Amino acid sequence: MKPAASDKIALAFGFDTGQPTAVEIPVGGIAQRTYWQNVWRRVMRDPFTVACGLILILIAAAALFAPWLGLPDPTLTNSTNRLLPVGSPGHPLGTDELGRDMLSRLIHGGRLSLMMGIVPVLVALLIGGSLGLVAGFVGGRINMLIMRVTDVFYAFPSILLAVAIAGSLGAGIRNALLAITIVFIPPLTRVTESVTTQMRAMDFVEAARASGAGTFTIIRIHVLGNVLGPIFVYATVLISVSIVISAGLSFIGLGASPPSAEWGLMLNTLRESIFLAPLVSVLPGFMIFIASMCFNLISDGLRSAMDVRL
Amino acid sequence: MLNYIIRRILYTIPIAIGVSLVVFALVHLAPGDPLSAVVGEVDQKMLAEMRASFGYDKPLPVQYLIWLGSALTGDMGYSLRTGVPVFKTLIDAATNTITIGVAAALLGFIVGVTAGMLAGYNHGAWLDKAVSSATITGVSIPPYWLAILVVIVFSVQLGWLPSMGAGTPTSTWSWDAWKHMILPVIALAAIPCAIVARTARACVMEILSQEFVEALRARGLSERRILLHVSRNALPTVLAVMGLQFAHLLGGSILVETVFSWPGTGYLLNLAIFDRDIPVLQGTILLLALFFVSINLVIDILQTWADPRISRG
Repeated sequence: MKPAASDKIALAFGFDTGQPTAVEIPVGGIAQRTYWQNVWRRVMRDPFTVACGLILILIAAAALFAPWLGLPDPTLTNSTNRLLPVGSPGHPLGTDELGRDMLSRLIHGGRLSLMMGIVPVLVALLIGGSLGLVAGFVGGRINMLIMRVTDVFYAFPSILLAVAIAGSLGAGIRNALLAITIVFIPPLTRVTESVTTQMRAMDFVEAARASGAGTFTIIRIHVLGNVLGPIFVYATVLISVSIVISAGLSFIGLGASPPSAEWGLMLNTLRESIFLAPLVSVLPGFMIFIASMCFNLISDGLRSAMDVRL
Repeated sequence: MLNYIIRRILYTIPIAIGVSLVVFALVHLAPGDPLSAVVGEVDQKMLAEMRASFGYDKPLPVQYLIWLGSALTGDMGYSLRTGVPVFKTLIDAATNTITIGVAAALLGFIVGVTAGMLAGYNHGAWLDKAVSSATITGVSIPPYWLAILVVIVFSVQLGWLPSMGAGTPTSTWSWDAWKHMILPVIALAAIPCAIVARTARACVMEILSQEFVEALRARGLSERRILLHVSRNALPTVLAVMGLQFAHLLGGSILVETVFSWPGTGYLLNLAIFDRDIPVLQGTILLLALFFVSINLVIDILQTWADPRISRG
């Protein structure tokens, strides 16, 4: 009924017919590359996307291996060393309002913050993607039912819905994760449904059916192969949104709780210190910003790498 | 076209009912009785009496119908904390949110459309690159962090602007009230501005590559006239994105309002959550969601007006 943003995303992509798409003829022989190999090559040639990928890998790896990096305990308070400025000996990024080492807390904070940004989108991708595939491929009443329920949830602004769910269920990481997952299911269902419906009407799907391919084969090879690209691009954008929203929930006290290290929560507890230590108190927000921006830029890179209207 | 508009309006009714059901269900998903959290440990008999007076002793479907019925007439019950009618509290808060929301939308849209169109028109030039970098920053920046940054710069360091509240209530249109609005408006405007600029840029680039533009050039139209044609064609898409962004701005203002203690719906929602003030919580979410639904309706109708091809599809 409504022209969803997804229509535009879908139109921007080339179609994967399950066959190798491009034939390049290097010196000394003929090599065929699959669609995904081509996409990978194009992504790797884009310096912005590669740089963002590396930054994210660095942040994620540091967060993952934080306990083994020899950093000070992120929850160890020290009342004599409160709010040390950036560049203090022993505390390269200063200390927070309880004297805890900022570098250690920022690195450890990546664990919760990235997890709360990525996991909801992956779960929503699984649920919303399946719902969208079913709705788009089966059509009829099932489509009506799924899409109308989706419309109702889509009728809430995303931050409001996340705050409303997390706020009703009560503070805590589990509830925040649940809230953000629910927020992202409807958009992912919509995008998948719209691409699947478009795909179902394509000639090559018709041809596959005429030549006797079963429903499962058609979905697996023809529909899934073409749906995955746009969905991945969309999911990457959603991760960047999810990082900002989940840290936002912690920021207003609905996500992680003290003393755990989480960027949104750290930003909140340091708010009263903006007069004494402005630089230290904005660092957690900077991490949220960088992580969100990297996912945004990667999404842009993927989008142009997959735009293969040959 | 009229047919389409009527169908679209009728379609809003089931959505609105669905929204009210979700709001009601959400609040009642929470563990525990809405009252026990507020009154604490009191005499069981008194609690039962209070429950009956608020209607919490009835079965949930009945409670839903009663709540919906009275909400339709503007009666949303009384705040469990303050005893003030929810409707009155909501109107005051909504006025404050709409004030900064409209100001932020105006600022964001004017800057965004201008920057986006110029960038799209001068594709590849330094201006285009600058706008593109700014939009990527704008869509990625957490609004609550931007709020803290502007407070640090303009309130803490420069001391030009107040960092909290809406000023004294007697001074609605005084300079003091304006000063309190500036920082929240900047923090709120960043995302819509960036997204509108992005859309306008992509739209203008796409339209400029169409054949009719070449035809216009061949006929010798001035660049200014061509830009006019391009704007007219970009209008439906840009309009839709603007409407959506305005709606998101009002619904998402909770994080920014919290930073500035701005007495709007977001701040109210925040207080209601932590006070477990169920009537206020339900009322605020319902109002914001229904507002979102109506804005979507208006956008769709405006879009049909701007691009009649939509209703035929």
